[in-house]
Amino acid sequence: MDVELFIKQIINSLNTGSIYALVAIGYTMVYGIIRLINFAHGEIMMFGAYFAFIIATSIPVGLPFFVIVLVSMALAALMGILTEKIAYKKLRTAPRISALITAIGMSLFLQNLAQLIFGANPKVMPQVISNEPIMFGNIAVPQVMMYTISMSIGIMILLTLFVKKTRAGKAMRAVSQDKEAAMLMGININGIISLTFAIGSALGALGGIFYSIAYSQVYPTLGVMTGLKAFIAAVFGGIGNIGGAMIGGYAIGFIETMTKGYISSRWSDAIVFGVLILILLFKPSGILGKNVKEKV
Amino acid sequence: MLKVKDLHVHYGAIHAIKGVSFEVAKGEIVTLIGSNGAGKSTILKTISNILKKSGGDILFLDKNLEAVEPHKIVEMGISHVPEGRRVFPGLTVYENLQMGAYTRKDKVEIASDLEAVYKRFPRLKERENQSAGTLSGGEQQMLAMGRALMSRPKILLLDEPSMGLAPLLVDEIFNIIKDINKNGTTILLVEQNANRALHVSNKGYVLETGKITASGKSSDLLNDDKVKEAYLSA
Repeated sequence: MDVELFIKQIINSLNTGSIYALVAIGYTMVYGIIRLINFAHGEIMMFGAYFAFIIATSIPVGLPFFVIVLVSMALAALMGILTEKIAYKKLRTAPRISALITAIGMSLFLQNLAQLIFGANPKVMPQVISNEPIMFGNIAVPQVMMYTISMSIGIMILLTLFVKKTRAGKAMRAVSQDKEAAMLMGININGIISLTFAIGSALGALGGIFYSIAYSQVYPTLGVMTGLKAFIAAVFGGIGNIGGAMIGGYAIGFIETMTKGYISSRWSDAIVFGVLILILLFKPSGILGKNVKEKV
Repeated sequence: MLKVKDLHVHYGAIHAIKGVSFEVAKGEIVTLIGSNGAGKSTILKTISNILKKSGGDILFLDKNLEAVEPHKIVEMGISHVPEGRRVFPGLTVYENLQMGAYTRKDKVEIASDLEAVYKRFPRLKERENQSAGTLSGGEQQMLAMGRALMSRPKILLLDEPSMGLAPLLVDEIFNIIKDINKNGTTILLVEQNANRALHVSNKGYVLETGKITASGKSSDLLNDDKVKEAYLSA
């Protein structure tokens, strides 16, 4: 076996996996807090990429990458909060299927909105990160991959610490476990839900930006397939579990990349979806998911 | 301290609370007794504003709670231990107690209150880093009460604290209730265990399908023939 190629594939896996993990976190956090599969999350990711595209192309002075990313993430966070306030908030006590259908509607609406604003044709994403690869011996790694992998891992560590250690993070877990009891503690449920959407959307946008830089383009349906796979990653790891979304993201990235590299790129989607079916058959709660006892 | 006047609550078309009035004075233990479904928990939830009333007034320290958002109720000094304990199962005992102090900023005072809770409930100290879901029913009840005390309430609303506990633990819980009251916290106690509740309280109200049918000093209610027949004949 060609060792160099294999190492390259591992790096590719980490890159794809990082993007899936970033996006999967948004699905899983929102599910954890309001038990809703937010199908519009892939579209938030897509808008995040468009925000970066607009900032990078409309401001003539070359802004530093981090500024572009931070502003785009902030805008996406705002968009996530608004989506919840406008479309989901009123449905909190409605049957879950109503909210789910609304989420699908929101997803289609945002896709079409993007087409209306930006046109259906892909736009070329400017190279906001130098495309000079970094050499590790004989292995050339594009800088965007270095950014993707290192920033994703860094952010995931920060997120884990935030959820485990901070007051707001603990309140978030409390709300996800028992909303009414959390209210009795004086926790502002609406604030925590907004915070959750903000964090999830910002991370999703970051995933979208990395994705669009890696493929040098942005288009209105960018969030559909990637979003779906990130959703599979979240289910794989155990929906509602942040650590699970990270593991799921890297697992799906690995499976997809290795299938493309060693079996056939045609088969990669089939195999990823096959994995979803297997998970749903044999461990529906996901790798890290616990079998939740229904409350009596 | 707490005045409930002509309270009405609807669940959709069902008229659950039909004009209930009662009062809790500072330093008292007042109990609402009644059978399952009489509306006891509903009243507590309405005081905490997690249920909306359809009529009447709730006054706490002469302030109407109508416009107060649910998450602001705790800051006013009302702490509610819900039916079925409702501890956060995935949070540790320590984190649960921290959540009890969520609205407070005074770190030093919080730490001393935490010590006080651990002193009152040594079992919680032993299990500090265990997740609350792994505790026994009695321990969870203690945690729920400790968590509620962490907000330094002026009044504690207790919903069925003895439910599902072994007799020995029931004794312990009622002793703790008396003790918390002795330390200056007013208590509104909802119980199905009327006998115990009336023994521990100053004043009692009997609730039947959304209406108060008897009220008075607890010692009098204990000797009231109707109350005896309906709730104390076990």
